[in-house]
Amino acid sequence: MTGLSAVPDGLTTMAKALNAGLRRTLEEDPKVVIMGEDVGKLGGVFRITDGLQKDFGEARVFDTPLAEAGIIGTAVGLAIRGYRPVCEIQFDGFVFPGFDQIVNQVGRMHNRSAGAVKLPITIRIPYGGGIGAIEHHSESPEAYFTHSPGLKVVTCATPSDAYWMIRQAVADDDPVIFFEPKRRYWSKGEVAAQPGPLYRARTVRPGRDLTVLAYGPMVGVALEVAEVAADEGRDLEVIDLRSLAPLDTDAVIESVRRTGHLVIVHEAQRTNGLGAEIAARVQEAAFYSLEAPLLRVTGYDTPYPPSRLEEEWLPNVDRILDAVDRSLAY
Amino acid sequence: MPSRTAATQAGTAAQGLLPTDVPISLIDADARACSDDDWKMPDELRLLKLYRGMVLGRRFDSQATALTKQGRLAVYPSARGQEASEIGAVLALRPHDWLFPTYRDSVAITARGVDPVEVLTLLRGSWHCGYDPYEHRVAPQCTPLATSALHAVGLAQAARMKGEDTVVLVMLGDGATSEGDTSEALNIAAVWNAPVVFFVQNNGYAISVPLAKQTAAPSLAHRGIGFGLPGLRVDGNDAAAVHACVSRAIERASAGGGPTLIESMTYRIEAHTNADDATRYRDQHEVEQWLARDPITRLRRYLLDRKLLDESKIDALDAEADTAAAQLRERMNADVPADPDELFKDVYAEPTTALRRQRAMIDAECRAGAA
Repeated sequence: MTGLSAVPDGLTTMAKALNAGLRRTLEEDPKVVIMGEDVGKLGGVFRITDGLQKDFGEARVFDTPLAEAGIIGTAVGLAIRGYRPVCEIQFDGFVFPGFDQIVNQVGRMHNRSAGAVKLPITIRIPYGGGIGAIEHHSESPEAYFTHSPGLKVVTCATPSDAYWMIRQAVADDDPVIFFEPKRRYWSKGEVAAQPGPLYRARTVRPGRDLTVLAYGPMVGVALEVAEVAADEGRDLEVIDLRSLAPLDTDAVIESVRRTGHLVIVHEAQRTNGLGAEIAARVQEAAFYSLEAPLLRVTGYDTPYPPSRLEEEWLPNVDRILDAVDRSLAY
Repeated sequence: MPSRTAATQAGTAAQGLLPTDVPISLIDADARACSDDDWKMPDELRLLKLYRGMVLGRRFDSQATALTKQGRLAVYPSARGQEASEIGAVLALRPHDWLFPTYRDSVAITARGVDPVEVLTLLRGSWHCGYDPYEHRVAPQCTPLATSALHAVGLAQAARMKGEDTVVLVMLGDGATSEGDTSEALNIAAVWNAPVVFFVQNNGYAISVPLAKQTAAPSLAHRGIGFGLPGLRVDGNDAAAVHACVSRAIERASAGGGPTLIESMTYRIEAHTNADDATRYRDQHEVEQWLARDPITRLRRYLLDRKLLDESKIDALDAEADTAAAQLRERMNADVPADPDELFKDVYAEPTTALRRQRAMIDAECRAGAA
């Protein structure tokens, strides 16, 4: 390798941005290894690791046997001995065989060993629905991980964040669960010249009348909602949460103090979802600023439906607009 | 139609992966040397080291059990009766090798050189692990079972990738072999040809459940062939045989030969822990049969018969073990103060804002309590 690859130029898809970000981590740090099912020759089922094995060799980018606990568990051993593994979980619904390793081992080894053992493991998980997939391929399991101490959980909504956040996640000395909104893999955007801080939310559209908080695949929907609302004379502020653990609620609290209204949007099921924790924190910090109850627009408390019904299940522009109307009419 | 060539290849690959019908033994229950052309008796110095390790280990073990009765340990899972397996295996490790132990392997960890008070930190309830894993290359004791088998494979692979001659010994019990992580670890180790030795102490019981309800395999060592790695069965109360088997498995792994699965046939003389009542599920007669096969008595008789040991040496070693136990008792009798600030230590490399706020809350509670 001579030199480091540049920040992607021009319009780039999220998939290509992730690929470029991973390429850069491999170039920068010889301890970075990429492991998972089909990540080698195939480049992953979503092609996020496309070409990386060819360019960095089978020692750095390798296919594992088909075993999620095995992927995570062996990554723990690699990390104990100084490596910085990036594990790919092929689909959101397949993470659960590795759940014990993630929650009981990855999240706790640093604490267990009184700080002696660091596990800089990044676990990439394509997540969420909207791609017409069959069962177990459209889940939003983030709350299981945000509930578990010792893990950091982030999600990107744009190609720019995808590029920078994956680099920052891999460089972090703590384990990071990196959720990739698979329905946005092919959406295009420009990659910023510089990163923002990894564990901070970002206001992606300023507004005065009401705050919409979203993350991952729902940020794009929230921005659409803001466009439609603007036509109706309502000025919505949209915040991309980005960091789910540590949960950065500073931006949303500051925003709600100005707008007095908050609608929280996530694809994941409603009950005990991240929206509940966000609502609890916001009401505690901004109680006297609230003009209306905090509302959530989420998936229903059902298993993710077959694709024929997913458009009915997923939070969409109309459903969010309805919550906006209810909040402002309160 | 499957070709004859393919069938022959599978047959060739399977050769040498099955355990012997009779467990490997070098010193039998009557302390006689067994003739075994395949296995060499460890030299005299090694045998004396094994004996010493077992005597110190048993005294440590009985002291730890006593500490539970004095409320100084939250719980202690005894390895009494398993000293040949614990010591025979761990003394085969070279300094740069790694050990991945379970909660029942405190004897092995102590023999590896870790301070016994640090070893007992977990069972004392003062922290989840009391030693720095890098100092003696000993991973934290695995309490959920089998999760560490995968860590061992990963670490072994890391060593290989770095070009280091490191072999990883992971200790498991018979119960842990039923966990999915064990199967995944055996499989991945074999596929990667990782330098790992899976050392299963089959002590007959997983708490109360006997082996017959754990597996229908002819033996636990037979599980190796299905994953493509050799399975050995050894008399787990014969320190010489255990040591020879594990040493050879380490040499094999070190030379690039890949992983080995060893089933060490032993018996848990005590209940699962001090909190367990073994009379509810097993017959005392069974325990007595195994007491007659005691690993320490066996090696002592063997060494006495060959004048490698005498009564004065035995007494001196017993006195040394008593002194170590007394020192351990004294150190364990000191209270470890509980500082609420420790709750928030080392959850992340740097504390998060939320944790700093929660820490401030508990600090405020403490100040209010003190006022």
